[in-house]
Amino acid sequence: MAFRDDLRRTRAIVWKDLTTERRSKAGFNSVASLGVTILVLFGFALGPDAQMLRDAAAGALWLAVLFAGVLAFNRSYQVELDGGALEALLLYPGSRWAIFAGKLIANLIFVTLMLVIVVAVGIVLFQVRIPAQWPALLGIMMLGVVGIVSLGTFYAAMSSRSRAREVLLPLLLYPMLIPVLLAAMEATKAFLGGDLLNASGAWVQMLALFDVIFLVATFLAFEYVIEV
Amino acid sequence: MQSSAPLLSPDLALDARGVARRFGARWVLRGVNLQVRAGEMVGLLGHNGCGKSTFMRIVATLLKASAGDCFVYGSNVKTEGDSVRHHVGFFSHVPGLYDDLSARENLAFAATMLGFPSADIDAALERVGLTHVTHEHVRGFSAGMQRRLSLARLILQRPRLLLLDEPYNNLDVAGIALMNGFIRELNAAGGAAVVVLHDLVPAEGVLDRTVTIREGRVHVPTAADLAHGGASPQAITVPAGAAGIS
Amino acid sequence: MSIAPNNSFDPPRPAPAALGWLAFLFFIFTQVYAVVTSPADAMMGHLQKMMYVHVPAAEVTFAAFGVVLLASLHFLWKEDERADLLAASAAEVGSLFCGLTLVLGMLWGRPTWGVWWSWDARLTSTLVLFLIFVGYLSLRSFVEDPHRRGQWSAAVGILGAINVPIVFMSVKWWRTLHQLPSNPRSLSPEYLRGLLLNLAAFTLLAAWFIWRRYEAARYERSAEHASQAAALGGYDG
Repeated sequence: MAFRDDLRRTRAIVWKDLTTERRSKAGFNSVASLGVTILVLFGFALGPDAQMLRDAAAGALWLAVLFAGVLAFNRSYQVELDGGALEALLLYPGSRWAIFAGKLIANLIFVTLMLVIVVAVGIVLFQVRIPAQWPALLGIMMLGVVGIVSLGTFYAAMSSRSRAREVLLPLLLYPMLIPVLLAAMEATKAFLGGDLLNASGAWVQMLALFDVIFLVATFLAFEYVIEV
Repeated sequence: MQSSAPLLSPDLALDARGVARRFGARWVLRGVNLQVRAGEMVGLLGHNGCGKSTFMRIVATLLKASAGDCFVYGSNVKTEGDSVRHHVGFFSHVPGLYDDLSARENLAFAATMLGFPSADIDAALERVGLTHVTHEHVRGFSAGMQRRLSLARLILQRPRLLLLDEPYNNLDVAGIALMNGFIRELNAAGGAAVVVLHDLVPAEGVLDRTVTIREGRVHVPTAADLAHGGASPQAITVPAGAAGIS
Repeated sequence: MSIAPNNSFDPPRPAPAALGWLAFLFFIFTQVYAVVTSPADAMMGHLQKMMYVHVPAAEVTFAAFGVVLLASLHFLWKEDERADLLAASAAEVGSLFCGLTLVLGMLWGRPTWGVWWSWDARLTSTLVLFLIFVGYLSLRSFVEDPHRRGQWSAAVGILGAINVPIVFMSVKWWRTLHQLPSNPRSLSPEYLRGLLLNLAAFTLLAAWFIWRRYEAARYERSAEHASQAAALGGYDG
């Protein structure tokens, strides 16, 4: 019963986060544009040689998603801080993990949409040849996104309420995400390069392991970092 | 009678014993003892910075006390926070609303979070006089309208213990009447309230008694204080900015 | 419930100076012993002796992170402020030794591989570890409220510690995937005794540093409490 209530609360928070994001003037469009801009900058840094670009595509793509995604994470808490809504949120009965789950899912949707746009643009800019097994590639990308978003949502709960929020979130998050980035980049690279299913299999396993471990850890730890 | 009440007496809406709180090295609350029975409306006075809001936030589970114990209808504020939040309705100067949601959407969200997804939101909006802006985004609301919407949220919740932190700020005469009407309604239903204020006038006829927080502790107005203005505390007017009843 | 979580008011038990002297003297002894008794390596020559500082420094880094993990868990469980101070002290000392490991690794690498940095798996992972430590310490410097600082650091410390083996694993795979040679680190017995002795010496030294740092943090906190209590006339609720 209580669990069902919490699920309902999670759903309400997902709806609320997505709706406020959709209606806010500076929202998804800006973040997605930023992702594309970063891709372009990488293009300048690494190109214009076509082969060089193709080799670097996977890395550039994931870094663009990471840098733009960090903005999404802080914003997800900003909406609570603006009107003092965080206090009201913490005063409702129910588990704290429901709040985390709601924000996590909303951020997942947000970052996945952004990933789609960035990938589409990346394929064009970096002259990537789409491999036959691209559905599997989508699976790898989702695993990577889950890892990035779970830790991002968690750390942003702290950084958004501290004095140096712009620098604190990247500073905490980036080193922690190195395993995810390595796995996602290498697996993406392997797929784009025409498969080394052996190698990418291991990376996929590690991604899945990372995701499970840190989903559990962040859910457990959230109540300690969300209190006002 | 209050101090000899059993520790977890459920008819004590609030049982605060020795509640203390420090910020860094500074003790703001230094042993607050306050018991509020079900059905009692208590006013909390004190000069700015005396710790009234801090105390309210501790009872509401927003802050943890550095020392002491606090129970709301028998539930320990520190260890049974979720239980306490079911009983408590906190009304502060922070509206806690989402600017990009409409009045109705804000209340619908609150209702789901409170556990009452099928609550009658339109009736609550009508009661606080915000029907005309049901679908307007809160971003365009005045401070008074936001207060009314927060009150509507409280009306949906119908908590057993009201914690009101300067509830009459930014409310016009009609708003004050609404607030008092709601307080009386909950009182009649057996609920209790602790109301922080610096001016007793709006709360006339609503409060049963008042206490003051001074130097981090609770002081009850003495017989001499009461004699100044008659038998009931409501008759005492406290000039704005005064150091509380001495 | 006591006045503040578990007597962080009280001054700490002071670290005995004798222990510090013992640690330093032992350290000097083991260094000299190892340098003098180890023969020149077939490939590296006397550069091999770097191992007697580099490896123990790395070991201490991990041990310190282990202390951060355990102290953080204890803090979240018991809300004992002293555990938070211990975690912070261990993190500071740990970052120091982590930085030392990196510098020594680079000094070792330059003559060996010809470059200052070759993205070697272990050294790179140690660099990531250093960044995680730095993040932890930065977070602490940005949070004023002691309780919140303790809770936030504990969460970050625990997550960071959990990630350490994962980081090492993933960086190693990354290197082997690109089929670059890993550096042979097998050890013949004549080197082993010196290494173990130095491991012990470094551990003792680091423990001493952590104790002293922890002591300083405790004195600071206890002084804060005492002076304010005196000014306000104490808590007697």
